[in-house]
Amino acid sequence: MPTSPEAAARGAMSDRMDLAGRLFAASSVIVLTAGIFMAFVYAPADRVQGDAQRILYVHAPMAWLAYMSAAFLFVGSVGYLWKRSATMDRLARSSAELGLLFTSLTLLTGSIWGRPIWGAWWEWDARLTTTLILWFIYLGYYMIRAYAGDRERGARHAAVLGIVGMVDVPIIHMSVTWWRSLHPEPVVINMAGPNLPNSMLATLLVCFIGFMLLFGHLIIQRMQIESVKDMLEDRELSSLLRGETVSGQPRSRPDALAPDSSSLIEGA
Amino acid sequence: MQAEAAFIQLSNVYKRFGARVVLRDVSFALAGGEAIALLGANGAGKTTVLRLAATLTRPTRGNVMAFGVDAWAERRQVRARIGIVAHQPYVYRELTCRENLWFFATMFNVADRERVVSAALERVGLTERAGQRAGELSRGLLQRLNIARATLHEPAALILDEPDTGLDAVGREALSSVMRGQVDRGGSLLFTTHSLELALLVATRVVVIREGRIELDANAKHIVGADVAEMMIDAAESVEA
Amino acid sequence: MRRIGALIWKDLTVEFRGREFVGAMAVFALITIVTLNFAFDLSGEQKEASGAGGLWIAFLFAAMLGLGRSLAIERERGTLEALTLCPIDGGVIFAGKLISNVLFIAVVQAISLPVFAALYDLPALSPMVLAIAIAGSLGIAGLGTLFSALVSTTRAREILMPLLLFPLAIPVVIATVQATTLELQGNSGDAWPWFNLIVVFDVIFVTMSYLLFDVVLED
Repeated sequence: MPTSPEAAARGAMSDRMDLAGRLFAASSVIVLTAGIFMAFVYAPADRVQGDAQRILYVHAPMAWLAYMSAAFLFVGSVGYLWKRSATMDRLARSSAELGLLFTSLTLLTGSIWGRPIWGAWWEWDARLTTTLILWFIYLGYYMIRAYAGDRERGARHAAVLGIVGMVDVPIIHMSVTWWRSLHPEPVVINMAGPNLPNSMLATLLVCFIGFMLLFGHLIIQRMQIESVKDMLEDRELSSLLRGETVSGQPRSRPDALAPDSSSLIEGA
Repeated sequence: MQAEAAFIQLSNVYKRFGARVVLRDVSFALAGGEAIALLGANGAGKTTVLRLAATLTRPTRGNVMAFGVDAWAERRQVRARIGIVAHQPYVYRELTCRENLWFFATMFNVADRERVVSAALERVGLTERAGQRAGELSRGLLQRLNIARATLHEPAALILDEPDTGLDAVGREALSSVMRGQVDRGGSLLFTTHSLELALLVATRVVVIREGRIELDANAKHIVGADVAEMMIDAAESVEA
Repeated sequence: MRRIGALIWKDLTVEFRGREFVGAMAVFALITIVTLNFAFDLSGEQKEASGAGGLWIAFLFAAMLGLGRSLAIERERGTLEALTLCPIDGGVIFAGKLISNVLFIAVVQAISLPVFAALYDLPALSPMVLAIAIAGSLGIAGLGTLFSALVSTTRAREILMPLLLFPLAIPVVIATVQATTLELQGNSGDAWPWFNLIVVFDVIFVTMSYLLFDVVLED
């Protein structure tokens, strides 16, 4: 039962998380402002692609974050099945949601970039295909949770997909690479390659750091929201078991919130 | 088999499904050689108690112990020692009676399967229908097969959810002899029923449950049949109200 | 071992008497193969490639049809609960189900391959094609059996099953289609690496599903 010592520990924990989240947010604002300036003013236009190449500074970090979410999702899923800890489940939940967001943005920015450069919205190369499949896995993860009906079962089943999916992603990438090698090579730009001029590389680096700080902020934010949600459910459960509420009463009454929880929600 | 004091023990168990709390602070223990009849109106939480004892679900709060270990955490080991008759027939419709029993005897790693299966068929009076598919059996005969299935491995604890449903006189006779046999050989028995007659015939203890709470837990010898009947009628009325 | 044997015997007997899966799966596979004739050009130069692709689309869809129901039906009838109440590991139930499912898919393949070979005049009856077919089904059924148990608890299993199975089975699909194409083109030498790859995928998928099956069966 969520008696005082545990709640106090959770409070201290959330205070630290809160601080970290704010630090991430502030620093990402600063770094990303610099990043935007560098991307549009400092970095030169590409000799071949012109200004269109500037989308790289958003696209590459998005793709990186999409795969970083995958790593977090894997860790969260394994951790949940192993320890059955609610925190691990919250980590998995939050990273899957961010993963869905960032794969969507990766695919979107990639298509926008691909259109003027390749003359096509889409190429079936290994990187694109794998990202698309990753998007489907995140979607499946989301749907499992939505349809599970029971919170614990949803967490468990989603964790199974989290593990199977994340083990599968590199395998998918490999198999698509081998498959494509039999076909004419798509005209993929060797981005991130060492032939990027220093000014571009620096800009890319700044954008990477900025977006990773943003990611840090977002994942902490998500986990705090999930934590409040869980706390709410626990409180609701306790009062339900004590027989204080009539069954079937609507959830989320404002007075069921923890006194300190308003500060957690505020930042979202 | 009578090493432990309590075969199955529920301590302060709560169980909820969604916004509905089905059990509130339920505690009782079932020892070897004991037979508990769980009485109450429909929806009082009887089946949930049985499912908890049978390791089919875990409590929201509180704990369920079986044979001295946590029932859910050690469910594999616990399941080897319990037998269950639930509402759903745990048999394959396409298999014959004998095949069903043979299959589950294998799953429970029962030694000398041929003999055990034949004995189980005999016990519930299905020997003549051994070759008939379970899907072709009537409700009562299916229930008898179900009872035979649950007792194949001589479980230390036998859990029966309204086992008398659909049984005719012969079936009820077979059932009560299985139930008494379970108690006589030192095993324990936990069952629900709407038949007061069956409850008083077999039970050593009667537990009445009402709206998820235990209302009465008494030695069967110490209570007069009429008391229990009254409680049951009470419970039934409160649900309808 | 004896228990896995009994589980397989049970599935085969139930299927033989009840005819729930194999018939429906086979008809589905055949109708897909026939329909593909109108979707692809299966007479031209590239017919080996499109034929192999079409064949595996038929197999994948038929497999999904059967796999999606294999545990859902047991859950609906209460027999899955009966199985989980037996003192056996989830892995044992998984092994039994997996082998039965592979056998069902193999029967479907045994029915559709000759039809495919005859309709499209392709050498689809070689031992190598059969080996590819079996190996491919093992990987698909490995994942499919796990997901079948997973989606059997939900309301939306018809949507969730393909959403989970298709993306994750892509490595097996790619490898089997490549191997089958090369084999149909008479290029067995180049088909071998792809076949070996299928076996590697099988090992990964089956092991992973075996280990996780217990978790899915918890309730």
